[in-house]
Amino acid sequence: MTESDLFRAEGLGKSYPGVRANDDVSFSVAPGEIHALLGENGAGKSTLVKMIYGLVQPDEGRMWLAGQPHAPSDPRAARAAGVGMVFQHFSLFDAMSVADNIALGMDDPPPRRQLAERIERVSADYGLPLDPRRRVASLSAGERQRVEIVRCLLGHPRLLIMDEPTSVLTPQEANILFDTLRQLTTVGTAILYISHKLDEIRALCDRATVLRHGRVVGTLSPRDHSAREMAGLMVGAELKVVDRSGRQAGPVVLEVAGLSSATGVEGTRLRDVGFAVRAGEILGIGGVAGNGQEQLIAALSGETIGRPGTVRLAGQDLSTLGPEPRRQAGLLTAPEDRLGHAAVPEMSLAENALLTAAGRQALVRRGMIDHGAARRFAERVIAAFDVRTPGPDTAAMALSGGNLQKFVIGREILQEPRALVVNQPTWGVDASAAAAIRQALLDLAARGAAVVVISQDLDELLELSDRLAALNEGRLSAPVPTEGLTLDALGLMLGGAHGMEAAHVVAA
Amino acid sequence: MSLRLDPRPEAPLWLQVATPLMAVGATMIAGAVLFALMGHDPLAAIRMIFWDPLFGQAAAYSRPQLLVKAGPLILIACGLALGFRAGIWNIGAEGQYIIGGMCGAAVALAAYPAPGLWIFPAMVLAGAAGGWAWGMIPAMLRNLFGASEILVSLMLVYVAQKLAAWAAFGPLKNPEGFGMPGSRNLQQYSAAANPELIAGTGVHWGVVAAAVAVLASWVLIARHIRGFHIRAAGLAPRAARFAGVSPGVLVAFCLGLSGALAGMAGLFEVAGPAGQITDSFGSGYGFTAIIVAFLGRLHPLGILLAGLLLALTYIGGELAQMMLQLPAATVQVFQGMLLFFLLGFDTLTRFRIRWGARA
Repeated sequence: MTESDLFRAEGLGKSYPGVRANDDVSFSVAPGEIHALLGENGAGKSTLVKMIYGLVQPDEGRMWLAGQPHAPSDPRAARAAGVGMVFQHFSLFDAMSVADNIALGMDDPPPRRQLAERIERVSADYGLPLDPRRRVASLSAGERQRVEIVRCLLGHPRLLIMDEPTSVLTPQEANILFDTLRQLTTVGTAILYISHKLDEIRALCDRATVLRHGRVVGTLSPRDHSAREMAGLMVGAELKVVDRSGRQAGPVVLEVAGLSSATGVEGTRLRDVGFAVRAGEILGIGGVAGNGQEQLIAALSGETIGRPGTVRLAGQDLSTLGPEPRRQAGLLTAPEDRLGHAAVPEMSLAENALLTAAGRQALVRRGMIDHGAARRFAERVIAAFDVRTPGPDTAAMALSGGNLQKFVIGREILQEPRALVVNQPTWGVDASAAAAIRQALLDLAARGAAVVVISQDLDELLELSDRLAALNEGRLSAPVPTEGLTLDALGLMLGGAHGMEAAHVVAA
Repeated sequence: MSLRLDPRPEAPLWLQVATPLMAVGATMIAGAVLFALMGHDPLAAIRMIFWDPLFGQAAAYSRPQLLVKAGPLILIACGLALGFRAGIWNIGAEGQYIIGGMCGAAVALAAYPAPGLWIFPAMVLAGAAGGWAWGMIPAMLRNLFGASEILVSLMLVYVAQKLAAWAAFGPLKNPEGFGMPGSRNLQQYSAAANPELIAGTGVHWGVVAAAVAVLASWVLIARHIRGFHIRAAGLAPRAARFAGVSPGVLVAFCLGLSGALAGMAGLFEVAGPAGQITDSFGSGYGFTAIIVAFLGRLHPLGILLAGLLLALTYIGGELAQMMLQLPAATVQVFQGMLLFFLLGFDTLTRFRIRWGARA
């Protein structure tokens, strides 16, 4: 560490009941540096950046920003000191304009007209085109992220924290974001970059600090290390490679044809979606969030009911049936949102097992719940999918995101569906858990199930799918075989960069 | 320095049990202060309300009244609590209670003066059906047009009150009543009467029904898949829908069931303690039952205890009116304070209070 550090942390520690989230964390960031924070879920990255941003206070240790002691009591103090943060989950109001949303997040917003001008200036300077008058509801995920970034940039941060910024972007959009970030560094802004995607860290970041179980296990130069080496450092062990062998395509199991959303439905409408998946096959459906993924999985799960003939399982028309009869027939689904959709946060894992397995696993007889059977089924899921939890009586919300995801996916897989549709199966899940979930999906297909994986993670789609299709503004492209498809070709297939243009780096 | 509320990750169980008790304690203290300001001896008044009905000189008379009052409160609250757990807010149990009473009484008055064992069961069915139908109006309006069941069910209370007044002056009026408003007294019509079953206890068929309702709703919530779906819908509507729960069916089930139970409570009242339909048949049980449901933590056992406590405030309030000349509004003030303090203390189960400046 030198005098020239922009930000420095020494011996930071933070404990929650039962968890040592951060332990003796020290690292530094230089001005104009893009510094990666790497680690599995639960490694302590979030706690660390929350301390820097003033959302939580460290139990011990000290921080400095630009030579001054940095101990923000709340985000307002952190922003005043020059720290900005773009969260993974956007906090924007759909019904309001871009400018109104930005004003809401400011401690002292200027008059709206002046603010609109400043937004336009900043967005032009950094190649982030944004119309301050547009309603947020009409923006794509990439554009929404731009709103969040511009909101931060208006405060002229010296240190910008970005939490998994590319998880919602196409490769083209991500490249534009990278150009913007690089441009920011030319004026001395440092960036603290959290991501799971090792390849993008290797392409973008100058240094990386790796966390494991709340401790720093090393700081390295990502360009000098392979993704595999870094992943090994993160998990403390060699990663398993998924095994795609042992599958044979059988007859068509799941057939979707002419599926369109009813008029008046909120959000993106599905338009004439059709595909067929064979037994033993995995169909990948890519696309940027908000292009109809939610509507597609709701139409398949039975949460929205369609016209006759649109959804067939092994020839049986399920289109007009609700979720439970579809499960009985063998079509299972796992939605993206774990808390509140795939699981009831306040309920125990045993009760959450009932949510989808009640009928198919005979956990209910004549309307009466067999709580013992529900517990046993939950225990089977916990054991088979290595869910880290004290037991089936633990509330779903007490589990980490990755562990709950393993439980939710495992709950469906252990029911041996004839067809399984999953949305974002490894979203926010650490590398080793993601590998386990992917392997379980492959194994399920190998046992003869038809599997549909809806995902925004291109590596995941390439790793799992036999064929790939893209969902764009509610339309599904014709599936193409995955073999031989490059990331670039795939990105173009997913609908390009949504009108983004690369930042023109201003020669300073 | 300022007061801050930090959300708790999980509400501790002891707090969930303790807050209703704290609310009762705070109500007593605030009530005592109120009485002192009015110039009464606060301790004597509190004792009169909470102690004397059970153990005082007139206890032989007032003790049976405890179950008479608690019966309808518990019966109605059991139904309401199911809906409240699912996030379906039936505020109009009072109206369903009135309509149930009227429908049951109408059956009895139509059969009068015929004897027959079928008459009382038919009245119970008619009472339940009337309350069910009155509850289905907000259910249908919500399912078909998205109308708020809170407002519709509440407003239907006033419609029901006017209907009861009309019936008491019109079709249900006692032809031998010398022109007085009100129906025949069903207590004097043995085939239709709902008498005290065990002398000196206050137990009538409505109390029996309340006990059954406590047990049945306990089984429903804890063991039945429908109760599971009710809880899931209240906690996470999207997850319930994903599990296959149809929101419309749930709305109809909860409003229909709570309406039917309130209607039955009305029938047991009109055939027993009240005896007749009058223009003021509604007694406020339907509203007080909302307090009972919340004070009882929406749990059947809690509702049983809360129903007994609220019944006590009714009886004790009447006693205090007679003996200490306290105003009639005393009971309502007590019940209102109870709900107010409960909601206040409930904040403690969901938040932790922190003193300290924001800096």
